[in-house]
Amino acid sequence: MKNIWNFFKGTLVLTARGSTAYYCWVASLLILMVVGALTYVVQLTDGLIVTNMRDQVSWGFYISNFTFLVGVAAAAVLLVIPAYVYNWKPIKEIALLGELLAVSAIVMCLLFVTVDIGRPDRFWHLIPFVGILNFPQSLLAWDVAVLNTYLVLNLTIAVYYLYNLYYQREPNKKFMTPLLLFSIPAAISIHTVTAFLYNGLGARPFWNASILAPRFLASAFCSGPAFMILVFLLIRRYTRFQIKDEAIQKIAELIAYAMFINLFLLGSEIFKEYYTGTIHLAPMQYLLQGLHGHSALVPWIWTAMLFNFSAFMIFLIPDTRRNNTTLVLGCVLIFIGVYIEKGMGLVIPGFVPDVLHEIYEYVPTGMEMSLAIGIWATGLFVFTMLLRVAIPIMNGDFHVAKDGVGFHIGDNLFFLRKADRDRLVTDSEGEPTGKPGKKAKT
Amino acid sequence: MSNKPQCDNHAFQKSRRKVLKGLAVGVGVLALPAPNASASVWEAFFQKNFRELDRNELQKVLARLESEYSKEYGKQVTVKATLPIEGVKYGYGLDLSRCIGCRRCVYACVEENNQSREPQIHWIRVLRLDKEKGVALEYAEHYYNPAEVPEEGHFYMPVQCQQCENPPCTKVCPVQATWQENDGIVVVDYNWCIGCRYCMAACPYGARHFNWSKSKLPKEEMNPETHYLGNRPRPTGVVEKCTFCIQRTREQPGRYPACQEICPVGARKFGNLLDPKGEMRYLIENKRVFILKEDLNTQPKFFYFYAT
Repeated sequence: MKNIWNFFKGTLVLTARGSTAYYCWVASLLILMVVGALTYVVQLTDGLIVTNMRDQVSWGFYISNFTFLVGVAAAAVLLVIPAYVYNWKPIKEIALLGELLAVSAIVMCLLFVTVDIGRPDRFWHLIPFVGILNFPQSLLAWDVAVLNTYLVLNLTIAVYYLYNLYYQREPNKKFMTPLLLFSIPAAISIHTVTAFLYNGLGARPFWNASILAPRFLASAFCSGPAFMILVFLLIRRYTRFQIKDEAIQKIAELIAYAMFINLFLLGSEIFKEYYTGTIHLAPMQYLLQGLHGHSALVPWIWTAMLFNFSAFMIFLIPDTRRNNTTLVLGCVLIFIGVYIEKGMGLVIPGFVPDVLHEIYEYVPTGMEMSLAIGIWATGLFVFTMLLRVAIPIMNGDFHVAKDGVGFHIGDNLFFLRKADRDRLVTDSEGEPTGKPGKKAKT
Repeated sequence: MSNKPQCDNHAFQKSRRKVLKGLAVGVGVLALPAPNASASVWEAFFQKNFRELDRNELQKVLARLESEYSKEYGKQVTVKATLPIEGVKYGYGLDLSRCIGCRRCVYACVEENNQSREPQIHWIRVLRLDKEKGVALEYAEHYYNPAEVPEEGHFYMPVQCQQCENPPCTKVCPVQATWQENDGIVVVDYNWCIGCRYCMAACPYGARHFNWSKSKLPKEEMNPETHYLGNRPRPTGVVEKCTFCIQRTREQPGRYPACQEICPVGARKFGNLLDPKGEMRYLIENKRVFILKEDLNTQPKFFYFYAT
């Protein structure tokens, strides 16, 4: 118990230290979080009327973000599979970072659901035995169950692993491996369940297509890993942590396959709807062409298509995949592309036209956006804090001191260009520059 | 913290954390009842699901609500919880050949059931359809507003909760805040609903409505005869819907739903589906009847028919 407390104290001190860039980043996130929180206070006081959601379009920007982020969370599995099923070392060294992203994404998911519900004060009605969780009937009950399981699972794995490294012990494989293997079906389940949540509604033909869950998974395996690559490139450049090229290349290659499947499934759906041409075509028409003069989503979805297709080409061609600039471009395009396609592009056409064929065009209000930005900032804050602790631990820069009680911090800066780091470290701290980052033992 | 000296130059960091923590707690508290809230607020907060209340608890809840509403609306409000009548299953019939699209039913419903006047919540939506195209919802006009109805070339189709025998909305509720009663009426426990709106996504008839803001219900217009599962005033952030005027139809002697009573052309019929000699059975067996979106297998107990 004492050890846990000492570890926790150490992490608090560690997260309070960093370069100027780190401080600026964290400070701006905190400001956005405060703005988001204040927006939420207004929404709680006035009700959800401050959003542009109405009876016709009863889910909007919040649930769109939620859906996208479930995908990002599920994508950690793309790192776990090559690392632990195929025992591929270059990714094994970084798989943990994927799990930390999953934790942060799930935190955002839970926040987005919380701000969307009308009576957050009644959240306890969802707790089994205390309230009534309508399990197994309601898919939303399933979602509550799998999302929380996945959060706890990833948090347990990550904290257990880092805690042991901190105390310079070998993590117990008998405990870790089953959890890691279990995280694979758990990741698939969170996305499948979220897809089924939409899929099971006969009232909404746009979602009531059996291709939905596979499409969800395919696009998830694009967006999450694309974000991971961007983070890896940043980490590699600005911290002492080393990440091998081949690991990044492998992930980019996997993204290309996933994007191909995603585009193929999308094409299949478009064919089916347009060729049969029943009245169920209307939502697809609203999304792709506009319907009766309403076309708010049209420019967005075509941007998404263009982005996704370009990124697919970039990741498919080995030369552009290996080039850092085009790699970054591809990742950004995919992230934005999938965000549009799997967010508003998926949720809104489910409601437009509505079940009585009324067209209510939904565009989020400033309040909705400000609250959403606050939640994104919260997620990034959580992710930053987790990385701030995890990376020095994995580098061997943060571990228990020789006396077994205090802690040793070998890297006060965390986030800095390598050249600046060398200069600053020797100037101000008088410490040796430090050996090139020690690899984490796995 | 053990490492005070090192932390001091980051004092602002600590205070920042404090501010943030305060804010987080603040937001949390705002969502919950205030600590000095009266006992009834806490009672409401911890109130069980309607179907889990025993007789005593139910009486207490009803008494609490009655005193709350009476105070708020400045008149004696009764909140009943009349049970379904044995051997009754309600059904509704709507004669499309008679309906003239006057929307009197819409507003009679609003008055009877204490819907919010601003923003307006309507449990009945009347669609204007083209005679040439028939019942094709994709050509429906929701906001027709001529000087006089009926209009040449059009017919009208009111849509409200179809009280499905196989309701897709109750299945999806994550907390069982909505269910079908023994007399076939689908109801919502407004004190248990968490406002996730999954039921609204599941309903194929647009019959469910959400209280996006605090409902505005003028004191003098408030109908004080209420039912717990029906027309009592609704809190912000919950879903509501048509209950076939549960506060009227379950009484003995009962009354017709407000929409049925007001209809100037007699297009609306209401009765017990289990009564072989009843009006509903007669029209189902003898008229040209259809149900809306039959292919979804929701099995509505709301029957559209053509009497002429």
